[in-house]
Amino acid sequence: MQIKNKFIRFCIDVLVLVALFTLVQYIITTGLLDQYYQINLVSMCINIILAVSLNLINGFTGQLSLGHAGFMAIGAYASVVMTQMMDQPFIVGIILACMAAALGGFIIGVPTLRLKGDYLAIATLALGEIIRVTLQNIDYVNGPAGILGITKMTTWPWLFGATVVTVLVVVNLINSSYGRAIISVREDEVASELMGINTTKYKVIAFVIGAMFAGLAGALYAHFFYIIKPETFNFMKSFDILVMVVLGGLGSTTGAVIAAIFITALTAALQSFPAIRMILYALILIVVMIYRPQGLMGNKELSRKTFGRIWSGRK
Amino acid sequence: MSLIMEINNLDKSFGGLSAVLNFNFRLEQNELVGLIGPNGAGKTTVFNLITGVYKPDQGRIIFNGQNIVGLAPHAICARGIARTFQNIRLFNDLSVLDNVKIASHKNVPYNFLAAIIRSPRFFKGEDIIENEAMKYLKIFKLDDKKDELAKNLPYGEQRRLEIARAMATKPTMLILDEPAAGMNPQETKELMNLIAQIRQDFQLSILLIEHDMSLVMGVCERIYVLDYGQIIAEGRPEEIRSNKQVIEAYLGEEVE
Amino acid sequence: MLEFIQQLVNGLSLGAIYALIALGYTMVYGIIKLINFAHGDIMMVGGFVGFFSLTIFQTNIVTAMIAAMLTCAVLGIIIEKIAYRPLRNSTRIAALITAIGVSFFLEYVTIFLLGPSQRVFPDTAFPIKAYNIAGLSILNKDIFVVISAVALMLILQYIIKWTKTGKAMRAVSLDQEAAVLMGISVDKTISITFAIGSALAAAAGVMYGVYYSTVNPLMGIIPGLKAFVAAVLGGIGIIPGAMVGGFVMGLLETMVSGYGNSLYRDAVAFGVLILILLIKPTGLFGKDTGEKV
Repeated sequence: MQIKNKFIRFCIDVLVLVALFTLVQYIITTGLLDQYYQINLVSMCINIILAVSLNLINGFTGQLSLGHAGFMAIGAYASVVMTQMMDQPFIVGIILACMAAALGGFIIGVPTLRLKGDYLAIATLALGEIIRVTLQNIDYVNGPAGILGITKMTTWPWLFGATVVTVLVVVNLINSSYGRAIISVREDEVASELMGINTTKYKVIAFVIGAMFAGLAGALYAHFFYIIKPETFNFMKSFDILVMVVLGGLGSTTGAVIAAIFITALTAALQSFPAIRMILYALILIVVMIYRPQGLMGNKELSRKTFGRIWSGRK
Repeated sequence: MSLIMEINNLDKSFGGLSAVLNFNFRLEQNELVGLIGPNGAGKTTVFNLITGVYKPDQGRIIFNGQNIVGLAPHAICARGIARTFQNIRLFNDLSVLDNVKIASHKNVPYNFLAAIIRSPRFFKGEDIIENEAMKYLKIFKLDDKKDELAKNLPYGEQRRLEIARAMATKPTMLILDEPAAGMNPQETKELMNLIAQIRQDFQLSILLIEHDMSLVMGVCERIYVLDYGQIIAEGRPEEIRSNKQVIEAYLGEEVE
Repeated sequence: MLEFIQQLVNGLSLGAIYALIALGYTMVYGIIKLINFAHGDIMMVGGFVGFFSLTIFQTNIVTAMIAAMLTCAVLGIIIEKIAYRPLRNSTRIAALITAIGVSFFLEYVTIFLLGPSQRVFPDTAFPIKAYNIAGLSILNKDIFVVISAVALMLILQYIIKWTKTGKAMRAVSLDQEAAVLMGISVDKTISITFAIGSALAAAAGVMYGVYYSTVNPLMGIIPGLKAFVAAVLGGIGIIPGAMVGGFVMGLLETMVSGYGNSLYRDAVAFGVLILILLIKPTGLFGKDTGEKV
């Protein structure tokens, strides 16, 4: 009986995803979606991947990482080196982006995750900047000028697939014993350790997985917007992602997704007013932290139960 | 009667201050031993040393024949020592059930991949974990509150939950840091019975810090008295009660 | 050898600027355990106030500095009251995130109001004179920067050691609850701390304008970061540490610029920070206090 329910649920999920995918693919192929909206769709998916992955580190594990853009940079550059300079197919670029970013996450994570709270935050900020400065000084990738003319390889199937995989992995991970272990680290690191959880191991794992998906986002970004420079992945970018995660709710994947979509739309609307955009983001951060620190969703998620309740008109 | 734990010449200083000096201790299988002393005597420091939160400057802590000094706290828990805390340390934003499920994680019956792809092994594993957790919740009479957030429980139930969570790690030795703090006499009595019960049912060896003398004298078979980081007395409750040094240091007047 | 001493001299004025900014970071951290991310941007505001004082009001450099210090003292008090006080009982992370928000807010409001381009300090404000002493070239602006900075630091030391306010500041940073019980107004003391720290940063901002001849809305970011590293290097929360750290960072930067690769000049600050955090997070003069379980 249980297994039958699970199977039915699984089929419904798959159907919904297939429908969504086909709908958008259709809109794109028939040219109904013009250039402007295509760019926003791409940005939206990339931002979802970035926000959900950062939320795993900041929200669920409770470790404030301010250098997420650095991992995005690693992924972007690694994938571009593969596809543009070594003539590899996109899939190779993607895989390498994920591996390189994950490795970066590990190398950075192991020493810094010993630090606590704001010290960890500042360390990750510094390391994100060190990544950027290092890339600026590597001639093989043109230093500060960056790489231009990257072949457009990011298509809707790739975007959709990557976004779904990211969200799925994070959600499935969180709703498991491993997720509970990770959350316990956030709730009370000392108690968690004394209940048998190797807290350092899990902090590093969350960090590495988060970094990996940021790398994935970087690869997708590079192969759509055809230019990457070290400057693209500076602290401002990390700040943008942080705003999404804080707005959505530190500890809610649903919140991260919703906030990512909202911020993408906001960025698009305020394209011609970059100063106002930044002022608005800054205000969002300040106001949310003071008046509603749990963000939009707190640590609640939109689940089937909630959908069911809304559907049948109950609350 | 086998020796569960033996501590030899344990020293710990912070900065220049000696917190624990020349601490020696024995705990037999299934014994219930108390550790008492004035505030700041170093009792919690001893607990932190045993569970690996602090590393001693000197000395050995031998648990089931092996020296556990230098092991990480999670490794010590895996060996079979569990504890509760002076200031309750529950996972506040997790449910009562999830708090206890955490205890099963060190023996999680499926790996990462299984969790991510939701294999049958994952579902079976989750069922096992859930059943285990519910078993302990029932014993501690918290099963009806399984979905409540830990932070929303009344104080007495939070203390019980902490013990339930510790028990769910399947320890052979349980360390309780002031479990009766903040409880009224009725609750304290219930706690005494509960401790006696689980000690019998699970064949536990228990080490207890308490200030409530009725609890200590009532359940402990042996008592160590700590003052300024050093043991000033050790023996059965009757002996401790009439020990002059102990009375001077701590009790003030005679306890009935 | 002369070259080396010349570099040392150059590093002193830069170090003095970093030390002044670092003091603000360390004082605020000492009293409410907050890394005031926006502190570098207060330095920037100070620089701009100095600029407008010189150009629009045609004042001399000292008046400009005083104007900047007063303005930023007020600004610091306002920011603390609006953005940080509500979070006094929240986690440090929440306060840090808010501080990041304040930082970006200050930067982009400035850009919005004044445009992103830099403004040049008028030559008349500080006519450059070079002195040649024992083969070393010393500019009068270097002398001005170092002497003003040392004077301000001496005043600060006096305040902290010899006044009631200073005592209150020390008390609150040691134990807030006990300070309240002693009748100290914690709110007022924290406000004063922010005021003093911001004033020092403002002075640094004006000196920066004199030293580099320009100010721009994003000028607080890099010096702010370097000054933060200086504060951590000396031991965050420890005032003499910030002074020492500031001079060390200034000298280090001049050496790297002079002898090494100037491309990596900014990255050196990040590198130093990482090293400190990994090796001795409490800094040169800091003590390690563990967490009570």
